[in-house]
Amino acid sequence: MALSLEHTEEYMRDPRKHQFSPYADNGGTSIAIAGDDFVMLASDTRLSQGYNVLSRNHSKCFKLTSQTLLSSTGCLADVLTLTKILEARLTNYAHEHLETMSTTAIAQLLSTLLYWRRFFPYYVSNILVGFDEDGKGVVYHYDPVGHMEKMTYCASGASVTLIQPLLDNLVGGKNMKDGRTTPITQDFAKRLIHDGFVSAAEREIATGDGCTIYTITKDDVTEETFKLRKD
Amino acid sequence: MSSIGTGYDLSASQFSPDGRVFQVEYAQKAVENSGTSIGLRCKDGVVFAVEKIITSKLFEPTSNKRIFTVDSHMGLACAGLLADARAIVEIARTEASNFRAEYGSPIPIKYLAERVSMYLHAYTLYSAVRPYGCSVMIGGVDESGPQLFVSDPSGLCHGYFGSATGKAKQNAKTEIEKLKLTGMTCRELVKEAAKIIYLVHDEVKDKHFQLELSWVCEESNWKHAPVPKVLFDEAEKFAKAALQEDSSDEDEEM
Amino acid sequence: MNISRQLVNPMLWSGGPVPGEFYEFPRICRKTESDPLKHTLYPSTSGTSVVGFTYKDGVMIAADTKGSYGSLSRFMDIDRLFKATDQAVLACGGDIADYQFIKDVIEQKVRDDECAGSMKVLDAGSLHCWLTRVLYNRRTRFDPLWLDCVVAGFKAGKPFLGFVNKIGMAYEADEIASGFGVHFSLPMIRDARDKKSELTKEEARKLMRECMKILYYRDCKAHHKYQIADITAEGVKIDVCDFKKETNWDVAFYGN
Repeated sequence: MALSLEHTEEYMRDPRKHQFSPYADNGGTSIAIAGDDFVMLASDTRLSQGYNVLSRNHSKCFKLTSQTLLSSTGCLADVLTLTKILEARLTNYAHEHLETMSTTAIAQLLSTLLYWRRFFPYYVSNILVGFDEDGKGVVYHYDPVGHMEKMTYCASGASVTLIQPLLDNLVGGKNMKDGRTTPITQDFAKRLIHDGFVSAAEREIATGDGCTIYTITKDDVTEETFKLRKD
Repeated sequence: MSSIGTGYDLSASQFSPDGRVFQVEYAQKAVENSGTSIGLRCKDGVVFAVEKIITSKLFEPTSNKRIFTVDSHMGLACAGLLADARAIVEIARTEASNFRAEYGSPIPIKYLAERVSMYLHAYTLYSAVRPYGCSVMIGGVDESGPQLFVSDPSGLCHGYFGSATGKAKQNAKTEIEKLKLTGMTCRELVKEAAKIIYLVHDEVKDKHFQLELSWVCEESNWKHAPVPKVLFDEAEKFAKAALQEDSSDEDEEM
Repeated sequence: MNISRQLVNPMLWSGGPVPGEFYEFPRICRKTESDPLKHTLYPSTSGTSVVGFTYKDGVMIAADTKGSYGSLSRFMDIDRLFKATDQAVLACGGDIADYQFIKDVIEQKVRDDECAGSMKVLDAGSLHCWLTRVLYNRRTRFDPLWLDCVVAGFKAGKPFLGFVNKIGMAYEADEIASGFGVHFSLPMIRDARDKKSELTKEEARKLMRECMKILYYRDCKAHHKYQIADITAEGVKIDVCDFKKETNWDVAFYGN
């Protein structure tokens, strides 16, 4: 009988059984909600790979300028590289123009950076938050290859399918009889983010451990944290 | 000047009728204009000392150093044009690192000195380039013990127990010859080296100078490093005291 | 193309050497145009877990000394951990050849810094950041260094522990493990920390030994001999430990 690979003893087999993949999914979820004079960005603090929790204290939010924040989830290797390049570009811009880059400009720059890698993409979901030219809170959402959409609220990352419907209903008032009439308050947004993460952590294994909420107003950026389930 | 080129000194690629390459000799003159540097090799290591002439009081004390580290086990002291020396140091470092990459062990000092000399020599062959205006002393401790080599602009390379280059090389060599180098330790030699630099310094021509001292020995963990501050101060004190004694002797003779 | 090469350099006999071939410099690689570029996309001789955690005085990190070739225990005394500077230690799991390569590069880098003088000593934070860029760059070129690196040491005077893997995925944490260590050691360390937040040096050493022992029992590519580095403000101390005598294999004789 011919010797087939399936029946070969393990020690006789070729040691090359691994396969190289340049990507990894490190989980992470973010939510952004914009109001008239504020914008909130929140992310969980779990860093995972498959079923492993690598760190319970790893924020996905990056403070780019005093008015603009970015949250990146997905492949951590790409997140690190992308944010590093972005930060370098912002520093360069600040030196050349003697002013910090506006949120709208950063939004476009990020889209361009992502598209440059159209055929070997950064495996990253981004949300960029800040203020637009009129001083209104704004949220930009991206796909991995640079498609950009301006919004007032959105979720991204591992638990996007769990949280986005919640936001569509409670913030967007999508397909509701009366829809939403009152403006979003900070208090409401914060409660919603809290409940969103708590619910997501219940059902999604790549979301959990803790959550950091950043609130940007014209004057400052504040940070607060709360705990999520650790299992 | 001892001789004038009379047209044969415009190119490094041309001999004069009596068989000299003037460009190379001029390069050697550039070495003789520089502050003295000495290298001493003894039974347990190698010591370098340099008279760094300070042309402006506004310089920072650490600027324009003339002793370099080529690889962890090896130092280089130069005399001549500092900018040229830096280029040579870069070449030497690349050689040393390439050797390590290829063979996984520190480069033998003799081998490195010869490689550097070949490089210096290449710059004496072509009309399109000028020879390097500096001499380098390369020394350290390798598997065959303490080593000291001197390469000059012509591409010559000799091994030495002790050598000097620069302005007062003759005086310095005379002083070095008085030492029993093979029987001395680095600790003793550091003081002697400092003394020689102070002795040969010409106060009339150059007012200010700074002493640079470095060594490779067991105390430095077989690495090329500046002499520790305590010992440096001690050596400098010793040198100044010896100088004082020397001048008072002269006074008596007068 | 082969014909033209034969015309220029006829072989001495068919399949034999080309005249002068034996006298050529060894590193020249003569690539024929038809050969596609090949990269290592799988490890050959590899090391298993690395475990590291911070404690009261600094950071401790350990890696065993086995090099496996597939499931064959090929080498028993390989080093997978080295001191880069007084403030940085690197330990790697994964391909041993890639580890030795990156070790050579880092050692030369440290020597270059030494030669340049006046530069600040490469600390663990800088080394970790540098590794991130190198490994990410290599993965992007589809020529990865097959490594799980753990960098331990000090960053701006504070204890530092960071991880980078072959794709450039990097993070900092108070306890880091790679390979099987993620499953066995991390829970042990986190558990010990829950009981007592600041471990002393003795407790840390004991915990590390326990981690390595559990790995030896359960990971067939682990070994009883291991290197352990202890990085404190005073510097780096690397020891080689062996707990073979402490292990209990009674279960192996069960029923006999």
